[in-house]
Amino acid sequence: MAGIKDRVAIIGMGCSKFGERWEAGHEDLLVESCFEAFDDAGVGPEDIQAGWLGIQNGPISGQLLAHALKLDYIPVTRVENFCATGTDALRNACYAVAAGVYDLVLVAGVEKLKDSPYTGLVGGGPAMINSGVTPPVPPPVQFALAATRYAYHYGMSIDELKKGLARISVKNHHNGALNPKAHFQREVTLEQVLNAPIIAFPLGLFDCCGVSDGSAAAIITRPELTKNFKHKDDYVLVKAISLAIGHREGELEDDFNFVSFTESVKAAEMAYKEAGIKEPFKEIDHAEVHDCFSITENIIYEDLSFCPRGKAKEYVEAGIFDLDGELAVNPDGGLKCFGHPIGASGLRMIYEVYLQLQGRAGPRQRKNPTLGLTHNLGGRPGSFSCAIGIFGRAS
Amino acid sequence: MVGITSYGAYIPLWRLSREAIAHEWGQPSAPGEKAVASFDEDSLTMSVAAAIDCLDGINRDGVDSLFFASTTSPYVEKQAAALIAACTDLRSDILTADHSNSLRAGTIAMRAAIDAVKAGTAKQALVTAADVRISRPRSVMEQNLGDGGVALLFGDTDVIAEVEGYHTVSSGIIDVWRPEGEIKISSWEDRFNFEEGYFKAVKDAVSACMEKCGLGPKDISKAVYYAPDSRRYQQMARQLGLDLKTQVQAPLLDIMGCTGTSYALMLLVAALEEAKPGDRILVANYGDGADTFILRVTNQIEKVRGRRGVKGNLKAKRMLSDYATYMQWRNLVDVEPTANRPPMLSPSAAALQRERDSILRFHGVKCKSCGTVQYPKQRVCTKCRSKDNFEEVRLSDKKGKIFTYSMDYIAGSTDVPLVVTIVNFDGGGRALLELTDRDINEVKIDMPVEFSLRRLYTAGGIHNYFWKAIPLRA
Repeated sequence: MAGIKDRVAIIGMGCSKFGERWEAGHEDLLVESCFEAFDDAGVGPEDIQAGWLGIQNGPISGQLLAHALKLDYIPVTRVENFCATGTDALRNACYAVAAGVYDLVLVAGVEKLKDSPYTGLVGGGPAMINSGVTPPVPPPVQFALAATRYAYHYGMSIDELKKGLARISVKNHHNGALNPKAHFQREVTLEQVLNAPIIAFPLGLFDCCGVSDGSAAAIITRPELTKNFKHKDDYVLVKAISLAIGHREGELEDDFNFVSFTESVKAAEMAYKEAGIKEPFKEIDHAEVHDCFSITENIIYEDLSFCPRGKAKEYVEAGIFDLDGELAVNPDGGLKCFGHPIGASGLRMIYEVYLQLQGRAGPRQRKNPTLGLTHNLGGRPGSFSCAIGIFGRAS
Repeated sequence: MVGITSYGAYIPLWRLSREAIAHEWGQPSAPGEKAVASFDEDSLTMSVAAAIDCLDGINRDGVDSLFFASTTSPYVEKQAAALIAACTDLRSDILTADHSNSLRAGTIAMRAAIDAVKAGTAKQALVTAADVRISRPRSVMEQNLGDGGVALLFGDTDVIAEVEGYHTVSSGIIDVWRPEGEIKISSWEDRFNFEEGYFKAVKDAVSACMEKCGLGPKDISKAVYYAPDSRRYQQMARQLGLDLKTQVQAPLLDIMGCTGTSYALMLLVAALEEAKPGDRILVANYGDGADTFILRVTNQIEKVRGRRGVKGNLKAKRMLSDYATYMQWRNLVDVEPTANRPPMLSPSAAALQRERDSILRFHGVKCKSCGTVQYPKQRVCTKCRSKDNFEEVRLSDKKGKIFTYSMDYIAGSTDVPLVVTIVNFDGGGRALLELTDRDINEVKIDMPVEFSLRRLYTAGGIHNYFWKAIPLRA
């Protein structure tokens, strides 16, 4: 297997303002992110040879992207893979570019969650035509199942667990406060987090990410073609993109433990191998991971080998994952501050890594980063779609 | 010899004190409390629970008829008995029938079972009866009515109580009725109902039956009979010439209430639980006439001990905190949800039909290659990847333990927080299930649970039934 390492370059990116975008529809959000990407790359929609669009709910088919940008009868593929949707759109586009089928491709992700009249993230669930007997388990409940078990597994009280988790939310809010594109740009205190109302025991309001609208986009080519574009010296290289799809082991097998998500472990193995990473904690500078809930980020640290099993609380309380820590996690504020417009999230994460590697992350800028990682986890403990991307600076 | 071969019962966990009802309406209170079906229970689910109790230790493939009796069947058109048979994991090539529209439906079903066994058209006929009757708020009946279910198995071998005789009278009297489209019961005034209706019909049927069998009141060891309330229960004993202290089964009206169609049969189960070989039991039921039976307990009676029955069910109870919750559970008020969730859409009938063994019979599969138990049914083994190499296993009568759980505080309007669990079955396998009849202060990892068929929700007029976990009952 040749792998994707160093075969694709990102030469432009854009990201809409995330938030309750009552005034903006899907097309408005796509115009916002894609035209920022065009400007950044110094190209126009007429230069794009093919498009990949990530969206989970809402308008179906690839037409949405063509409608928004008035693309000129070029191929557009719609991708859906739960929360890994945005990253999987990029993954497929990368393969087409690396294969030499296309030279310049647009990848965009978008989602509008706030057009729904319902509380929280309302995906397929009851709207799907099925037997309807699976208990109604919205995402906070699914991940709370892992939180309860995590505390039990490591012999912690729920209060002890929640203190560690609260530190993650405080960190991400701190980072989000430095980001003008975030939905939430306010710091929160440990007390606020710990005293928040319970949403799905043991998770409280601040353990849960926001519910937002947003869009992000990337323009990619092959490294040897970058000389024709604006970022010819500071383009960003794709080092790895992996995707691991679960087969539902957690719901079927009574020895699945709910404190580690196999899809994350497998996707990380694949990505580290593809990128040639031996010691992830040392080699990776910053990571944008899927903090849909505080417990998810906690478990991701361990599944991605950022810390030993059971030590997440210790590491996070020591500030290791802070913006100025040894391995910054969610430097842009994460899902916690951006919410989770599903099709957009993966590309929003890559947008931050892209800025960091180019030294354009402003008050959030890490010192001379070389490798950044993105991680999406869609589904529920026991059956996930997990995508991981690793990106590096132009050599 | 034709008679009862096994018995079982189900009484919901919840009780509402009559004081709570009386207080709400500024009325005098009857003593005690009534059993209240949970928000997710109905006469079908209670029948399944009673049937499973009754069939404990009995090969279910031997049951070849199932008769369900209720005035509150969940469907007007669509048979409940066929669903009950599936949920009880009975064979599908059996006769199923609903007996409805009369408080006497339970004993009418019993008569049908006895006659079928006598005629040789059934070997083992199961009768279930259950009711969740609703009367007008503030009525006397509101305090008296309780909810519960019962199951009796009839056959001609291993009989525990032989049928010595029976007699029926029918009557078109309009004393208690409920027209089409109405959920609350109406009734005529009490004096007429009891003097011209209840006492007269039951006395006529009992004396005719006793005469047929050549028996007098002294020959009765224990009498069980329908009564709308405690006062009439006592009056009836006097009118039948029975000694209230020694010859009449305790009426349970103070601790359970009058459970409609199932009531007389639940008292029969309570009587059988205490019966000795040779005891003669009089059963009398009322509704549009009266049914009576004389049963003689055999020395097989000891073989069916250990069922939960009426006594076991009464041991477990939780008090409903308030009348408002009761109103909500019976859909008498429409309350604001805690969070906006999408409305439940009608389930797919095609999917329900395709997955019926997983959903109704609660069958999982066990891999013949590696032994891994999996729920729901799979085609390819999750562990060893063998294809189509499974045997089916029934999970509904297994026990289990909570592996992990969460409590959803934004779950909607009923039973918030909704407790969602991963349950590991004893003997292998796991499932994601709601925990119902729960006290949130008692929920913890490793908590032992059992399984109970419940009505998940109703959408598009379809009641969607599935299994939930419940804390293991005493």
